[in-house]
Amino acid sequence: MIEFLFPMGWQHYLLGGLCVGCGTALLFALTGRIGGMSTVFSSTWSWVVRRPFFQQPRFVTSRGWRLVYALGLILGALLWWLGIAGGAPQATAIPAWQLLLGGFFVGYGARLSNGCTSGHGICGLGSLQWPSLLAVLTFMATAFLSANLAVRWLP
Amino acid sequence: MNSARTRLLRGLSTLLAGLLFGFGLSVSGMVHPEVVLGFLHGADFGLMLVMGGAVLVVLLAYQLLPRWLSRPVLDHHFHTHQSRWNRDTALGAALFGIGWGLCGVCPGPAIAALGTGNWDLLWALAGIALGALVQGLRARTTNEQAKPTI
Repeated sequence: MIEFLFPMGWQHYLLGGLCVGCGTALLFALTGRIGGMSTVFSSTWSWVVRRPFFQQPRFVTSRGWRLVYALGLILGALLWWLGIAGGAPQATAIPAWQLLLGGFFVGYGARLSNGCTSGHGICGLGSLQWPSLLAVLTFMATAFLSANLAVRWLP
Repeated sequence: MNSARTRLLRGLSTLLAGLLFGFGLSVSGMVHPEVVLGFLHGADFGLMLVMGGAVLVVLLAYQLLPRWLSRPVLDHHFHTHQSRWNRDTALGAALFGIGWGLCGVCPGPAIAALGTGNWDLLWALAGIALGALVQGLRARTTNEQAKPTI
């Protein structure tokens, strides 16, 4: 049963998830901040786009620490890459156009719904907010659909 | 609370928190779109463990810390972020899922992938940044969600 559900093992998934949770919890304990990830994509634009939407206080006042948080994310991944993966080359077989187009919908949708897998998923569920639960159920449903249709229809 | 020293410590804490987050995303394989798509194809349920493990820790932290401490260690108050269920949230979540199912990359892993030397994922990072830009350009400035929640 375990092999059926987790053909690549389950320990690293749980360990990684706990690590992600500890990062978000540490941010909250030390600074009181809610550490969703997608907002950084709007708040960073506030440095260069003058349009009032991007100049809202919620972006302008948080853009500094959100970028630092993102930098930490890169450093943590670097630590794993050099320390555990031995610097082995990483690549994906998914075509560039699929990454770019999928990414576009991810960015547009996450910002429109004000959260992503970490914002609604981890922080929203962690603070027991039912709108976030509905958002998670919605994006899980459309993601299952789109991933399985893509496998069927794309070469 | 706003001395240069406290601000520096807050910055370092934020960096360390991000580091743990990014390390966890990498250990769990979420930085590989193939692993995420494997879950969405029903071939490997690992993503549930990643999500479950993270939610469990954060749930405990968000529920217990404000009861134990009057304020976070390095600032005046614990933030809250109210999520709302409305047309934008529903439509946005649906579009997010469509994109996620197509590429297997969500915002956290797209950023973390920079640290794993997986340059292919720059395509996804660019797509997400572009999507966020277009969303902001199309948005009404005074929408419901524009009210400060932090």
